[in-house]
Amino acid sequence: MTCLSVQNLGKAFRTYKSEWQRVARWFGLPVKAHEEQWVLRSVTFQVHCGEAVGIVGQNGAGKSTLLKMVTGTLRPSEGHVEVHGRIAAILELGMGFNPELTGRQNVWHAAGLMGFQRDQIEHVMPHIEGFAEIGDYFDHPVRTYSSGMQMRVAFAVVTAYRPEILIIDEALSVGDAYFQHKSFNRIRQFQKEGTTLLIVSHDRGAIQGLCDRAILLDQGSVIKDGDPQEVMDHYNALIAEKDQSTVQITPLENGKNQVCSGTGEARVESIALFNEKNQPMELVNVGTPVRMQVDVAVHKDLPSLIFGYVIKDRLGQDIYGTNTWYTHQPLKDVKGGQRLRLHIHFPMNLGPGSYSVSTALVSTENHLEDNYEWRDLALVFNVVNLDKTVFVGCNWMEPRITVEMS
Amino acid sequence: MLDLFTSLWHYRGFVFSSIRNEFVARFVRSRLGAIWMILNPLAQVTIYALILSAVLAAKLPGIDNRYAYAIYLTAGILAWTLFSEIVLRSVTLFIENGNLMKKIMFPRIALPTITVGSCLLNNVMLLLAILIIFTLLGHPPAAALLWLPFLTLITVALAVGFGMILGVLNVFIRDIGQVVPIGLQFLFWFTPIVYPVSIIPERLQHWLLLNPVYPVVHAYQNVLVYHAPPDFKKLALVALVSLGLMTLGLFMFRKAGPEMVDAL
Repeated sequence: MTCLSVQNLGKAFRTYKSEWQRVARWFGLPVKAHEEQWVLRSVTFQVHCGEAVGIVGQNGAGKSTLLKMVTGTLRPSEGHVEVHGRIAAILELGMGFNPELTGRQNVWHAAGLMGFQRDQIEHVMPHIEGFAEIGDYFDHPVRTYSSGMQMRVAFAVVTAYRPEILIIDEALSVGDAYFQHKSFNRIRQFQKEGTTLLIVSHDRGAIQGLCDRAILLDQGSVIKDGDPQEVMDHYNALIAEKDQSTVQITPLENGKNQVCSGTGEARVESIALFNEKNQPMELVNVGTPVRMQVDVAVHKDLPSLIFGYVIKDRLGQDIYGTNTWYTHQPLKDVKGGQRLRLHIHFPMNLGPGSYSVSTALVSTENHLEDNYEWRDLALVFNVVNLDKTVFVGCNWMEPRITVEMS
Repeated sequence: MLDLFTSLWHYRGFVFSSIRNEFVARFVRSRLGAIWMILNPLAQVTIYALILSAVLAAKLPGIDNRYAYAIYLTAGILAWTLFSEIVLRSVTLFIENGNLMKKIMFPRIALPTITVGSCLLNNVMLLLAILIIFTLLGHPPAAALLWLPFLTLITVALAVGFGMILGVLNVFIRDIGQVVPIGLQFLFWFTPIVYPVSIIPERLQHWLLLNPVYPVVHAYQNVLVYHAPPDFKKLALVALVSLGLMTLGLFMFRKAGPEMVDAL
C-alpha cells in the first residue's frame, strides 16, 4: 500500500516588482511575477507503508523544501502530495517550547500543537514522562534543562503516538548514547508496526544502515531513486565532480571545508580505498585489509619528495599517521611530468565511525621546509562493525578472554 | 470557509492552553506578573489625569463627581487598550510565529484566535480593576454595564479586522509594522479619549464620523461614565464596517496563506 505519493511536485518562489503587485494578484488582477525561481521541479515518487527512504543531496538541493511540502507547511506551486495518515517530524524537536513553563506544561502545549485532544494527551502523559526519564525535572521550568533533557522531552512528545509517516532529520544524532539507542529502538519499533520513515542525512552509514531505498536530489530534481548503496555512490561521484575545481577551499557535503595549501610542485590527484578484490569502497568493515591508492602528479623536478598521511577521526584527532621518510622510502630526483602511484596496505583496525585522511607532499620529514601540498579531508570513509564482537572505542584490539574460576 | 472553523474547533484545546500558558508565563518570573498588564494603562490614566484634569475638568458636563475627568478618561482607555493591543499584536503575529508556521502543520487561524483570547483576558482584568477603582471614587457600577460585553465584541471585531489585514500585509511589506504604531498614535489623539468631544469646534465635529473607533469609545464612555445606553445607530455602522474589514482580512488571509510561508 502506498503511504506517500508525490506527483510531479514543483515549488517556485515568485518575486514581484513590488509587493503591492502580489497583493493585487490576490484580488484577481492579472499581474505577472517578475521572477520565478524553481527550487524543485517534476519530483515524482511513491513510498510504500513501512518503507524507510533516505533523502540525500547537497545543501540547496531542495531536500527541506520537499519535506516542508510533504509536511504541508509549504504549498506546492505545481503537482501534489498525497499522504495517508498522520505525519510527525523529528526536525521540529523542541519547537515552541516556552522556557518559563515546566516540562509537563510544555508537553501539553506541544501535543496540542500536534492536534491532540485533551483526553488523548492525558492518556499519553505518563508514557511521555516515563520515556523522557528526566525525573523530577519534568515539573521544573524548561530553562533549567540541559539541551539533552530538552531533546528527550521533545522526542518523547513527537513519538508519543505512532505516526504513519515519520520524518527524521539529522537532529537525531543529538543526545547521549543511551537515549540515542532508546529513541532508535522506538523508531525501529514504529517501522515494524508499519510507519514509513523519511530520513534526511549526509551520513552514508545512516542511510545504508537504515534505509531500504534512497532518493538523490540535485538542483531540485530527483536524479536517482533506488538502492541506497548505488544512490550514495552516485552522490559521491556528484560531489567528486565538483571537487575537481581548482578552488583551494572546497566545501564538503558534511559542512566541512577541504583545505588545500602548498606551493603545488606536486599534487595528490586522487585518493581512494580498495578492498582485496580491488573494488573501491567507502564503507569498510572493522578489521578488513584495505589498500589506499594515492595518485600523485609531479609538476617540477624535485630533488626529494616525501608523501605523508594522517587518519583522523570525526573530531579531527590523529588516529595514525606516518610518511615515506620514516618508512625509509624517500623519493629522490623525481622529474616534472612524472606520475606516482602509492599503494598503502593496512588492516582497518578502527572502531566504527567516520574517519578522514589528510595527505602531505613535502621535501623533508616535516612539512616546514618545502610544503608542496597539504590537503585536509582528502578522503572521508566510514568504518562499520558488521561481523565482529560488539565493542566501543576507536581501535579494534581483538581480545581473547579466558576465565579461571576457583 | 467552514473547514477553517472546524479545524479551529479541533484545536480549541491548544488555543486555551496557549492563552493560559501566556498568562502563567508572565507570573513565573516577575512578582506582579500579569498585574503589570493592567498597571500599564492605569499608569497612563494617572499621568493624563494629573496633568490634564485642571485644564479639562470644568468642561465635563453631566456628571457630578470630583473625579469625573479621571473616570471619563479611564472609560476611554479601557476601550482603546483593547483595540490597540489587538491591532499591535496582530501586525507582528505571523512574523513572530514564522518559524512555527514553517515547521509545523497546524491551523494558522489558531494564532490570531490566541491573540484575541489573551487580549480579552487582559481587558477583563483591567475592567475588574477599573470597577473597583470607580467604586472607591464614589462611582459604583450600574446596570448599564451589561452593555459592555456587546461593546467589547464590536471593539474586538473592529480590531481583528484591522489587525488581520495589516498582519497579512506586514509579512510581505515590513514597513507596515513600522507605520502602524505611528498611525495608532494619531488615531489615539484624534479620538476623544483624553479630551471630551465638546472641546472640538462644532464645524469640525463631523470629521469624527470618519473615525471608526470613536463610536466605540463613545459608547464605552456612555456606559461607564453616564450609565446610559450606547448610541445604536452609530454602533451599527461600526459593526458593519468591522464585518467588512473582517471579511476582507479573512479573504486576504486565505489568499496569502500559501505564500506567507515563502516570505517568512
